[in-house]
Amino acid sequence: MSIIRTEDLKYEYKVLEERDGEEKERTRSALKGLTLFVEPGEFIAILGRNGSGKSTLAKQINALLQPTGGTVWIEEMKTSDEERLWDIRSTAGMVFQNPDNQIVATVVEEDVGFGPENVGVPTEEIWERVEKSLKAVGMAAYAKSAPHRLSGGQKQRVAIAGVMAMKPRCIVFDESTAMLDPVGRREVLSTIRELNEQEHITVLLITHYMEEAALAGRILIMNRGSLMMDGTPREIFAQRERLQELGLSVPQVTQLADLLREKGLALPAGICREEELAEALASLYRPKKEAVQ
Amino acid sequence: MKLKLEEVSYIYEPGTPMEVTALYPLSLEVNSGEVLAIIGATGSGKSTLIQLMNGLNKPTNGKVFCDGEDICGEKYDRRRLRGRVGLVFQYPEYQLFEETVLKDVCFGPKNQGLSEEACIERARSALRTVGLDESYEQRSPFDLSGGEKRRAAIAGVLAMEPEILILDEPTAGLDPEGREELLSELISLRREKGMGIVMVSHSMEDVAGLADRIIVLSHGHLVREGTPREVFHDEKTLNDAGLALPSVCRVLHLLKKKGLPVETDALSVEEAGKRILDAFAAPSRPSSGLWKKGEAE
Repeated sequence: MSIIRTEDLKYEYKVLEERDGEEKERTRSALKGLTLFVEPGEFIAILGRNGSGKSTLAKQINALLQPTGGTVWIEEMKTSDEERLWDIRSTAGMVFQNPDNQIVATVVEEDVGFGPENVGVPTEEIWERVEKSLKAVGMAAYAKSAPHRLSGGQKQRVAIAGVMAMKPRCIVFDESTAMLDPVGRREVLSTIRELNEQEHITVLLITHYMEEAALAGRILIMNRGSLMMDGTPREIFAQRERLQELGLSVPQVTQLADLLREKGLALPAGICREEELAEALASLYRPKKEAVQ
Repeated sequence: MKLKLEEVSYIYEPGTPMEVTALYPLSLEVNSGEVLAIIGATGSGKSTLIQLMNGLNKPTNGKVFCDGEDICGEKYDRRRLRGRVGLVFQYPEYQLFEETVLKDVCFGPKNQGLSEEACIERARSALRTVGLDESYEQRSPFDLSGGEKRRAAIAGVLAMEPEILILDEPTAGLDPEGREELLSELISLRREKGMGIVMVSHSMEDVAGLADRIIVLSHGHLVREGTPREVFHDEKTLNDAGLALPSVCRVLHLLKKKGLPVETDALSVEEAGKRILDAFAAPSRPSSGLWKKGEAE
């Protein structure tokens, strides 16, 4: 069974617009009939220009927004079923962009325990979950620290632990690395990969960094509320011109590989990770090396 | 225009148990016509430093001079300085507040005491500079896309016609197209108006391609200053400061580790491509040192 399923998902909203002194109500469409299946354990990156509907989709997945057309299922639950709201939110957790807006307590472990406490988890179990979650994000040593003393990457990992403590099967990361420095980004990304690989948590990563999307198993590309492309990083990043039309780009590594291929090196299309390119180049180089020996 | 910071330091809540030193004494010059990038991990003092540059914060010790005048001096007109040294905060679009884009961009020059006509003229010119045409003027700023909002907010600072423009993480949260457009606008501001640009950034790729000069901050200390080539050649300092090399540099380092005789000093995709092709075209007997190193790993 798919962990997330959307069928002809639509979301429309009304805006007031002033033109020539007259106010007019207009309907805007943020999602235009999206059909999507996400299987348990997948690591999916969602790309698209600003305003393409990525965050609206994310908010539909944990029922922060309700469809104005079509349906969203999280496991067997419909997000429109109000009685299942808390089950939906603890199955599909969400981590936002700004770590400072997600931390509520003055001690790390209390912050992480806030979610389970709110849904009435017994105290014993709360502490177990807190400990396990902090370990999973590599922040166990900071359990007694004050969140405001942590770096951006550390705070974001505490926010992830807070979501983990709800035992979600799926986490949506809505540009959760956008405000971090390079080290913070690396920390959060490796945490996300570990959660996916070791805890088998399904990951939806919304990002503007092509390099991050290259880490996913599958990439979805949105444009003006529709799903435009769906494929592996290799398949997606081999289509550079198409991506440019959609306001996106390819990782620098892919640009470099493309340039080298144009100059005659036999590299496959769609290379998008640094190690991948280095290995491909090293193997191309080997015959010469043997000739020397 | 020249900004000169002389042995400036900054301590938050000095003399209290909460005392934190954000910046240790450092000296720095910023000139119109150049692009200076400030890089450093979160908490390294970047934002504190730029707030000293336009007099928003007063250094705990040391002095800031603008064209030779002490900006903390009693008679110095700091209000005027803030027009000459424009500061664009992180996520400036959160500060948009007016009903229309044009009104919002007029806010700065209006505060400078300009007539309404002059304000509108300035605002229009600033909007064109950031690539927002007439059709945007009467729209609500809240109705724009993320990239457009960011540009409208930057126009609000440009309308004060600063000689030096300081931007804190100008491309964070923008899509690749928006990032590309914004960066090329910054380049043209420098080229066409001779504006000085100071940019705080976490994107090593942007910095490598754009800056004339880079300073690296680490835990409040200025640990490195130089051209992008110099700074990105100093991998140890960058690692210690919690930073990274641009992506193409990392590929070159990986290749070198694998034993390819490749130079690692590239800053752009084109340069990296050339370095790799050079390595492939090199005489078939590379220097033995490199081979041994590669074999050992």
